[in-house]
Amino acid sequence: MRNRGFSGGIHPSSNKERSRDSIVRRPSMPPRLHVPLSQHLGAPASPLVSSGDTVLRGQIIGEAQGPISAPVHSPVEGEVTGVYSTRLLSGAHGDVFEIVPDPHQDWDSFVKIDDSGDVSETIRMAGIVGLGGAAFPSSVKLHSSHGKPIRTVIVNGCECEPYLTCDDRLMRESPARVVTGARILGKAMGAKRIVIALEDDKPEAQEALSRHAESDVEIVVFPARYPQGAEKQLIYSIIREEVPHGRLPASVGVLVHNVGTAAAIADAVQLRKPLIERIVTVTGHVGQPANFLTLIGTPMSHLLSEAGGFAEGVSRIISGGPMTGTAVPDLELPVVKGTSGLVALADADLPPAVHADQPCIRCSRCVDACPMRLQPYAIGIHANRADWDGIQRFVPLSCIECGCCETVCPTRRPLIQLIRRAKQVLISKGVEA
Amino acid sequence: MRADLGTRTWRIASSPHLAQTVSCSRIMFIVIATLLPVTIWAVLNMGMLAVGLLVACIASTVGSEALWNWIARKPQTITDGSALLTGLLLALTMPPRTPLWIAVAGGVVAICLGKMLFGGLGWNLFNPALVGKAFVAISWAGVMSEQVVPGGWYRGIDVPAPEGHDAITGATRLAIAAADKAASGAYGFESSQHYVPLLFRNLEGSLGEISAALLILGGFILIAMRIIDWRIPAGYIGTAAVLSWAFGVDPVFHVLAGGLLLGAFFMATDYVTSPMTKVGRFLFGCGCGLINIVARLYGPGPEATTWAILFMNGLVPLIDRLTASRVFGWRKKNG
Repeated sequence: MRNRGFSGGIHPSSNKERSRDSIVRRPSMPPRLHVPLSQHLGAPASPLVSSGDTVLRGQIIGEAQGPISAPVHSPVEGEVTGVYSTRLLSGAHGDVFEIVPDPHQDWDSFVKIDDSGDVSETIRMAGIVGLGGAAFPSSVKLHSSHGKPIRTVIVNGCECEPYLTCDDRLMRESPARVVTGARILGKAMGAKRIVIALEDDKPEAQEALSRHAESDVEIVVFPARYPQGAEKQLIYSIIREEVPHGRLPASVGVLVHNVGTAAAIADAVQLRKPLIERIVTVTGHVGQPANFLTLIGTPMSHLLSEAGGFAEGVSRIISGGPMTGTAVPDLELPVVKGTSGLVALADADLPPAVHADQPCIRCSRCVDACPMRLQPYAIGIHANRADWDGIQRFVPLSCIECGCCETVCPTRRPLIQLIRRAKQVLISKGVEA
Repeated sequence: MRADLGTRTWRIASSPHLAQTVSCSRIMFIVIATLLPVTIWAVLNMGMLAVGLLVACIASTVGSEALWNWIARKPQTITDGSALLTGLLLALTMPPRTPLWIAVAGGVVAICLGKMLFGGLGWNLFNPALVGKAFVAISWAGVMSEQVVPGGWYRGIDVPAPEGHDAITGATRLAIAAADKAASGAYGFESSQHYVPLLFRNLEGSLGEISAALLILGGFILIAMRIIDWRIPAGYIGTAAVLSWAFGVDPVFHVLAGGLLLGAFFMATDYVTSPMTKVGRFLFGCGCGLINIVARLYGPGPEATTWAILFMNGLVPLIDRLTASRVFGWRKKNG
């Protein structure tokens, strides 16, 4: 099944060929792991172990605090050698466990989570968060419908960000886990329709999934276009309904989870395995681009070394994909649950430095590209002037920050920064819409 | 291969970390490049008259922008190529015998009044080249027409018939058509005999009217490269053709003649002064075509293309507002 999908979007060079044929493998054991207590949206977990304690692989070391939170488990058997506070990738400070792994690890064993019999509780106890990058606690998403029936469960394997191939490899190498996860979610929500969505640049993944999906799971393929995998655009493409502004997908009867999350849910329910490792694509200008099955807490520098190091000209390392990812300020920062990739970019790949005083030449490329049908140029102009009243009719709060507008801007105006600024100001002024 | 991993300080920046577009100055130079065939053909046919006008217009637009920035103590902007493009477009709207001092006045007005007074590139409401053209057309209508055709443009039906006149003393083909139409309700000639000269070598008109074929070629290259949106020239030329037919005049002749093609492909498509939405751009093109043909057939004087595009430029803010898309996830339209 193919269809036209959402409006707008762009076709950046995918650069996925660098790593898409690299089979998922484990990197060598890093000498130390740094496991943050806050790897998810919401309240950080509270520590259950302290310096000097011996921990087992899969042992819970941080307990969820409050309704929106997730527990943290030790990815290895080893010793906790310290707990320290540091600035994490988000910019916020948080507590981090330093764990020295035991050299003799049994990769197949782990401390199983309790068998609660309830899918949502199992997902919560396994510490599963959205692995697509947003890192929202998955069990909370399951309860977000507030009694509204979920008719459609969508498992998102679009992976529309350039460079990243972790979801592609997962679908090709472990299609059964993805399909199983989709079924578990569909059953738990009582959904009539279970869909696994991907883009047509992943024919092998499509074939692998089709072999495992019976008639109960639909495989839907879209032409590759960024941001096909953005939640609202994906939902619209499948059910032809728009999630209203300020509402959750549940309001149109949909639940969306990333394919990595679905596989983690399958592991949690079938094997009672907590989330302690994930696939991370290491690519860009590195020696051998790779897809690593990475322990949570592995320092980014270790993964980059394992991929053969990065080239001399590399000037920015991105955590996540280049469209929405975060520039890494310090390579000793660890891989966390939401880390989908590390992309080493050189100056030639990067946009030149932008200045807000570059004029808008009204070329309309941003308007044509915006998948939310916003007028990014107008929001940018009003934000430059700090005209917070005039800006409201352009509803900057509807922006999903996909980055299409800024990527296509000929005068390289910092549109996303200007829109983020507008959103901050409007939220602080209590503007709802 | 291995760079030092540990000790380096990384400069950070916010997403997106990709740029995939043509730069502003590159766009300007692509447009200039697509105007080169018609410009060179004009120079080959009109010689020093064309060279003089090109130099006068470009020097005055680029020069006045440079001077404006210097006096206003603003960063220099002439390297973005837009003043150069304005000068080139202005020259292409000038009849070959326009006095150079008038061309210079047009260039100065185009940049100072048409662009810099509004705040420079991106802020002007009207197409700068057409502001310059409109200014000289109003201010020195007599002087300019005397220089072109002894006896004057559009002066009545006593202009010579096309077969019997030459490049220097003849009226434009459009002037003859307009005059005949006004006098008798019909052409005094077979309009189809003008197709070939209008397409390939037309000396009775401004520099840019030398060859409709070269303008169409340049326009199609811009559309194929996705520099301009096909909706503006399509709406413009389509409306002009349909309307000409409806008014009982030859649509092919009226599309090829005068400044219409230069306007449709290179003036109405100016980013700054055209709408931001796809629907808006099509409507804008249609509006230009409508006004152009009506003004040409029933208006009081020449410059129908100039007035059509300038008038529609003035409607762009309204068109933008009326044709803005409903934002995803909203029931009613914002803005």
